Amino acid sequence: MSEIPGDLKFLKSHEWARIEDDGLVRVGISHHAQEQLGDLVYVELPEVGSAVKAGTGAAVVESVKAASDIYSPISGEVVEINEQLNDKPETINEDAFGEGWIFLVRPSDRGELDELMDANEYEELVENEDH
Amino acid sequence: MTDKTVLNATHRALGARMVDFGGWDMPISYGSQIDEHHAVRNDAGMFDVSHMTVIDLHGARTREFLRHLLANSVDKLKITGKALYSCMLNEGGGVIDDLIVYFFDEAHFRLVVNAATRAKDLAWIEQQAAAFDVQVIERPEFAMIAVQGPQARAKVLGLLHEVDRARIEKLGKFAAAAAQGPHGMPLFIARTGYTGEDGFEIIVPNDHAVALWDALAAAGVAPAGLGARDTLRLEAGMNLYGQDMDEDVSPWEANLGWTITLDEGRRFIGRDALEAQKVAGVKRVMVGLVLDDKGVLRHGQKVLTANGQGEILSGSFSPTLNKAVAFARIPAGEPGDVRVDIRGREVPVRMVKYPFVRDGKPCDGI
Repeated sequence: MSEIPGDLKFLKSHEWARIEDDGLVRVGISHHAQEQLGDLVYVELPEVGSAVKAGTGAAVVESVKAASDIYSPISGEVVEINEQLNDKPETINEDAFGEGWIFLVRPSDRGELDELMDANEYEELVENEDH
Repeated sequence: MTDKTVLNATHRALGARMVDFGGWDMPISYGSQIDEHHAVRNDAGMFDVSHMTVIDLHGARTREFLRHLLANSVDKLKITGKALYSCMLNEGGGVIDDLIVYFFDEAHFRLVVNAATRAKDLAWIEQQAAAFDVQVIERPEFAMIAVQGPQARAKVLGLLHEVDRARIEKLGKFAAAAAQGPHGMPLFIARTGYTGEDGFEIIVPNDHAVALWDALAAAGVAPAGLGARDTLRLEAGMNLYGQDMDEDVSPWEANLGWTITLDEGRRFIGRDALEAQKVAGVKRVMVGLVLDDKGVLRHGQKVLTANGQGEILSGSFSPTLNKAVAFARIPAGEPGDVRVDIRGREVPVRMVKYPFVRDGKPCDGI
């Protein structure tokens, strides 16, 4: 199991959020989530400029096995998407917490971040799921 | 309570992701399902298929019984070890299961049936066998390992006792024979498979299955999970029972007409219904679809045609083609532009003749 970076916050549905130095929030799915999904073959990215709402679907990842909605951990405007995933969706399998990020949000309400789990809480959730 | 094959601990030691498959705790992949798929297409991979049910039939009237039970004709089986793929139908012509039947001698045939249908198959076969005085004996003491890929046969042959090698090397497609494996273990080796590649399916006593698996691994055969098995058989155009056909679907509607033998005077179960359907015209057909755009075709998605709606049966991303392919059942007749509803979006797809992949290469027109 790959180490969970301590600066990340999580949704129960396995998306992570990282607050960047410029106040933008980067979003991806956890290492555990990519393991569960298996080889990813397609990512449906949101459009730059579109609005996303915390806890609702913003993107879709498809593995050989299944399609899975990606919920945004925070409300706001999508300011950048990871175009690399169009050609190399497997980047998420290879580096879920880094190069495999999915989209970047300018948050409308940073208070929403307090609702998310921290890395320790998320680790506990994953451990309980495995049992 | 899930069943475990004798190789369960081996899969877990290899770090496999395990899933419930028809009541069995089975490996879906050991790492990357796509890498396992390519290993079988390009070299050699092995699958634990011990969950499948082996049933031996004994009795002087076994051939006569099988003429009655199966939609394909066992009279095609004349030489010891020869195998035949067939559907087993109900009276309505619906498919109870698909299976392989092996001929040993007139008083002994063997069936290999699906795992998920084990109980109903056994009940049906026993019920039908009584009138023919045929004994139905399940053989749970056997495990089964499928070794598939262009290098599969060579890698298996290298493990056999010298005296058996030449004979097993000459084994024709859809034929089987006994041979001695590592440490003299008794094997039943069939040149059959479910991947579209050459290879063997090997029946081995449970006591020897782990040693055989380890010997194959040492010979460079890559462990592959049921995930890869599914994408391989889909590319190869092979049906999966429960997904592509079931008791409400006739072989005509599942592209299995080639397995129906309407030989003169043979009264097999379901024949009357099949003949009636043929006269009335078959209302639904099974077709192959390719999605050239991004996205993945999946079981249950709606298919839109000029003649009405159909649905995706087996659908998946094809690792060999790097795009999604599927089987679909749609209304008969010229379908016009075919589209699939993927999460509320109508996506155009191409209707094609399948298999999608043969001998490791995309087929023409795919």
